[in-house]
Amino acid sequence: MDLNIVWFILVGVLFTGYAMLDGFDLGVGALHLFVKKDEDRRVLLNAIGPVWDGNEVWLVTGGGALFAAFPMVYATVFSGFYLAFMALLCALIFRAVAIEFRSKEPWKWWRTMWDIGFSLGSIGSSFLIGVAMGNILIGIELDERGNYIGGFWALLNPYAILLGLTTVALFAMHGSIYLVMKTEGELQARLKRWVNRTIGIFLFFYIVLNVATLVYAPHLLETLRARPWLLAVFALNVLVVMNIPRQNHKGNEFAAFLSSCGSMVLLMTLFGLTVFPNMVLSMPNPEYSLNIYNAASTEKTHWIMFIIALLGVPIVLAYTASIYYIFRGKVKVTPHSY
Amino acid sequence: MDVEILSRIQFAFTVMFHYLYPPLSIGLGVILVIMEAMWLKTGLPKYHNMARYWTRVFGLTFAIGVATGIVLEFEFGTNWAAYSRFVGDIFGSALAAEGIFAFFLESGFLAILLFGWNKVGPKLHFFATCMVCLGAHFSAVWIVIANSWMQTPAGFHIEYRGEIMPPGFVPNADQILHSRAVIDDFWAMVFNPSSMERLSHVLVGCWQAGAFLVISISAFYLLRGRHTEFAKSSLKIALVFAAIASMLQLATGAKSADGVTRNQPLKLAAMEGLFETQANAPMVIAGWLDMEKQEVIGLQIPGMLSYLVGGSTNTVVTGLDAFPREDWPAVQAVFQFYHIMIAVGMVLIALAWGGVFLWWRGWLFDLGRPLVRLYYWLLVLSVLGPQIANQTGWFTAEMGRQPWIVYGLMRTSQGLSEVVTANQVLASLIMFTFIYTLLFAVFIYLLTRKIQRGPDDEEESEEMPASWLALMERRKGQAGTGS
Repeated sequence: MDLNIVWFILVGVLFTGYAMLDGFDLGVGALHLFVKKDEDRRVLLNAIGPVWDGNEVWLVTGGGALFAAFPMVYATVFSGFYLAFMALLCALIFRAVAIEFRSKEPWKWWRTMWDIGFSLGSIGSSFLIGVAMGNILIGIELDERGNYIGGFWALLNPYAILLGLTTVALFAMHGSIYLVMKTEGELQARLKRWVNRTIGIFLFFYIVLNVATLVYAPHLLETLRARPWLLAVFALNVLVVMNIPRQNHKGNEFAAFLSSCGSMVLLMTLFGLTVFPNMVLSMPNPEYSLNIYNAASTEKTHWIMFIIALLGVPIVLAYTASIYYIFRGKVKVTPHSY
Repeated sequence: MDVEILSRIQFAFTVMFHYLYPPLSIGLGVILVIMEAMWLKTGLPKYHNMARYWTRVFGLTFAIGVATGIVLEFEFGTNWAAYSRFVGDIFGSALAAEGIFAFFLESGFLAILLFGWNKVGPKLHFFATCMVCLGAHFSAVWIVIANSWMQTPAGFHIEYRGEIMPPGFVPNADQILHSRAVIDDFWAMVFNPSSMERLSHVLVGCWQAGAFLVISISAFYLLRGRHTEFAKSSLKIALVFAAIASMLQLATGAKSADGVTRNQPLKLAAMEGLFETQANAPMVIAGWLDMEKQEVIGLQIPGMLSYLVGGSTNTVVTGLDAFPREDWPAVQAVFQFYHIMIAVGMVLIALAWGGVFLWWRGWLFDLGRPLVRLYYWLLVLSVLGPQIANQTGWFTAEMGRQPWIVYGLMRTSQGLSEVVTANQVLASLIMFTFIYTLLFAVFIYLLTRKIQRGPDDEEESEEMPASWLALMERRKGQAGTGS
């Protein structure tokens, strides 16, 4: 297997890690304002308090790996989506500092302000990440050197917006499932009801999205015809999502969460297998598309990075897992927590 | 304003704001390791309270550092896409390595450092503190390597339209968008001619930032007569650290200046305000450059620069006149920022060693003496010193690199994103100005609140799990039998 494919997978793994981990942080943010009581909101914040920061590193490292392994893709997407990514940065900043600042003062206006910042920041981040992925799926207008020339408003097409909303729903679902695992009592009972609702909303958007794909992205239909086994991944994904309420009903909170993580992995796999070997599809000039070969670094850099990944990733996984293990169990709010 | 100047302002502004925080995390990280080690060794609750309090300050600076750091990783791509395409094969690996080796480590173990007090045993907690500190240092390692490669590129060749070009090839304006730098030798990139000396200079600057933050807050408590036991111990630890760091900074600074002389003589000429190539070149202590007449007005030591560069006043030092004017950086700014950095560095040495002197004479905590009180007020202000020196030092390094984005290879104007317009950058710049002003105000407010609230005093020490209390009892027992 050549290294370009390996790096396509590794970058995919990093972004999947981000979706799986920061996905529930962003989902908790999306649900935050629906929880009204102050102490319940503190429970929500402290459920993600120790881990959100490490989870965001998956995005940072994914970005770095993309820069190193496929610099042309990094440059094209980041400069092409300029205003959208600036808005994403704004959202991520507010999400981050709101967690830190919110419970430092008891005043109502202070807490409400940061609650809104946290929630809108989380929803905004999820939405914009979805919009970016939507545009990658249906293709953007590139020139012969791989510069995006379609302008800002073209990014806000109905298909991309739909994928943005789907992402918000997906993360909200994932977040509510995570919260069930971290809470107890009345709050947990309420969250369990929300899990079913968010699953319903997500499945609704997911199905609408798939119908929209037929309308807006006929080239994806071609891909599907050439790769019919993609349908199996899709079907498996729906089954895994359906498994979540079942596990919750049986009281297997952790199994429900694992199922939700599984659905994240399957969705990202589906995304990767659909676009492969392209990374940025050029529409209407497909010959300008950036793929894993014409957008790549040299083989030497891929090797160097591969060794760095071999050294670093197992260690990262080992201590990340240990830290999650240390912070397992239900949230306890103390005076010094968020 | 055009897109180049706006993009430069935006990058400078966002990196400057970000760089208020990581030095504090790196420097405070070392201090936390020291305090927690002392606690583990002695079992005295006062060290536990110290570690607890400074951890809370650490948490605040770390959060803003993380939130503002991600902006920079995005900005290479958003604003400098042509640069990113040109250097991606080299620069990207350093950024990715930073993610894998540094960010995961610090943010992962930060969870235990901040929230693990009641979840893990004392030794595991200490280990986590060490890992956070190590991670913070690693992040400096990789980002300074990446930046140093921009200053003194090494271990690469240029590829133009897929063809390998001979060493020394510099793409012209028509070729640059079809060229890229390609890695030859990873270790030559990592250990490029300036990376290690610049790294040591940066790290010691971070230690100073952390040390003087602790010094400043402790001095404030002592002046007010609050938390005196806590403040005395904190002050002593930080003062020793600051005294060592300040002297080290003199050494790493001299080494960095040597490197600039060797690698970037034009930058050195700008830093020293040397217009004419000459023997017996003077060193300017402070002054103003008359750019019209090309002369220096100010206090100078004749021959000193020649002596520092070559060990003799006869050494010929290359001046600005040896280089075409279009390659000059903004000389006045580079000169002034460099001199501000040195002046502040000297003041910090004087403050730290002044404290050591007072300590030696037994006057350090004798707040009845007016001179000691005056000294304490200077200490309260000293927190600004490393921040000013760090910022102006980076201005010198980065403005001194101009007009190049990769020294001698790619001009800053050639690195811009072709598709991003001035209005877009203006919009994002306004956004960052607004957000960062808000963040800074909240940061200062919360830091002030933390200082006002202060640490827990011994009697109201926070609850500890049994394993921690057991360790303290053991240590006390050992101290009892030992004496």
